[in-house]
Amino acid sequence: MYQVVVPGDFLSEETKRAGEGTYVEEGKVYASQYGIVNVRGEIKVVALSGKYMPSNGDVVIGRITEISFPFWIVNLASPYEARLHVSALSGIAREKIEFGNMSEYLDVDDLVVVKVMDVNMLMKIELVLQEDVELRRGGRLIEIAHTKVPRVIGRSGSMIKMLKEKCNCFIFIAKNGRIWIRGKEDDMDLATTVILKIARESHTSGLTDRVAEFLDSFRKEKERELRG
Amino acid sequence: MKEEIELIKDGKRLDGRGFDELRPIKIEVGVLKRADGSCYLELGDNKVIAAVYGPREMHPRHAQDAKMAVVKFRYNMAPFSTDDRKRPGPDRRSVEISKVCREAFNPVIMRELYPKTGIEVYVELLQSDAGTRTAGINAASIALADAGIPMKDLVSSVAVGKIDGEMVLDLNAVEDNNGEADMPIAMIARTNTITALQMDGRLTKEEFERGLKLAVGACHQIYELQRTALVTRYNQNYESKSKREEE
Repeated sequence: MYQVVVPGDFLSEETKRAGEGTYVEEGKVYASQYGIVNVRGEIKVVALSGKYMPSNGDVVIGRITEISFPFWIVNLASPYEARLHVSALSGIAREKIEFGNMSEYLDVDDLVVVKVMDVNMLMKIELVLQEDVELRRGGRLIEIAHTKVPRVIGRSGSMIKMLKEKCNCFIFIAKNGRIWIRGKEDDMDLATTVILKIARESHTSGLTDRVAEFLDSFRKEKERELRG
Repeated sequence: MKEEIELIKDGKRLDGRGFDELRPIKIEVGVLKRADGSCYLELGDNKVIAAVYGPREMHPRHAQDAKMAVVKFRYNMAPFSTDDRKRPGPDRRSVEISKVCREAFNPVIMRELYPKTGIEVYVELLQSDAGTRTAGINAASIALADAGIPMKDLVSSVAVGKIDGEMVLDLNAVEDNNGEADMPIAMIARTNTITALQMDGRLTKEEFERGLKLAVGACHQIYELQRTALVTRYNQNYESKSKREEE
């Protein structure tokens, strides 16, 4: 069973192993977050909620909130807005992107898969387009807490692999907790249900097995329905 | 002229409590869906809801701090929370309480992790029966943790006061109105650090010390309740949900 801790809980005296979600005071490690303790390797507290903080190299799904030449202002579900420069699209553009035609490429409310290139001291965030994922066509977007992303992916990708197979969907999970699903309507419904279930039960053990069971029973029911 | 009320009878208070007894506390975590963190708390007849939003972009922009998050704390009493209807909106009293409560959290919230942002805490009193700010602080503390905001500790809070010449814990409205002094305290239970202390009325040095001792003990009790509420939330959630699925 996973151990839930609250801010201020004593975790250890090995200050050298103190990791994320902890702080050190007078030679002792304490939790700084409400979450689940992980003592394999570093002593970490995996938060149960909280806002995504952009860091270099993260691939995230952003939503355009504003066009302000020569940038698109992008919302990353984080406390800070990010900027995508027009030159990021120059490779795909047919013509020079200018003040007037920016919205033809990316308009307000469009979704983009971007990579965080730089976060500076003033929390100015520069993005580049992640061109290997085309996002603007079809599918749906769901949002979960970014801290639960690793659980949806599973150990070495086991969970996500199973989801993709059994739900027959294209699923793209971004670091900021936004998940893009594309497939047939009822397949997407199933994938959404399952992902939300994972997010809800992320703090429990044996989750992959339970999700597998859930998916199997769902399939069986469906077959029965078809026959009946 | 105010009528004299006998507040202590046969060593018990009007509601039957002993001098060092808290009113019953009920805590529910995560009651609001749209808030980043929330908590509903009852302290006797006080009913309070706390909601936390953020860290998020700070508005107005000129109020941003380039080095750390700005904490906004709003303590508000609903018009129907008192005997006579309260005029809605902030007044002198609630502005002061908001400031005191905000500062009670200053030592624990790791604000430097989120420069330029704002963390908003809303404490709404639905029903009041003295000690509302302490109930508000207790609820806000849980809501902040629920929102995933990094903190060094939880803050716990309680009031002590003097009635009929005795130092007693956690005054209710009758005792507060007819008592001689009231002293709300907020503290970090683990380190015994006091983060807020106010006093209304007069106490001797000995009475103050006796009251403080009562309050410190009670804060440890409250801390345990806060901790338990947060920890059991996740276990319960999962159990009740899997039960529902089985059905």
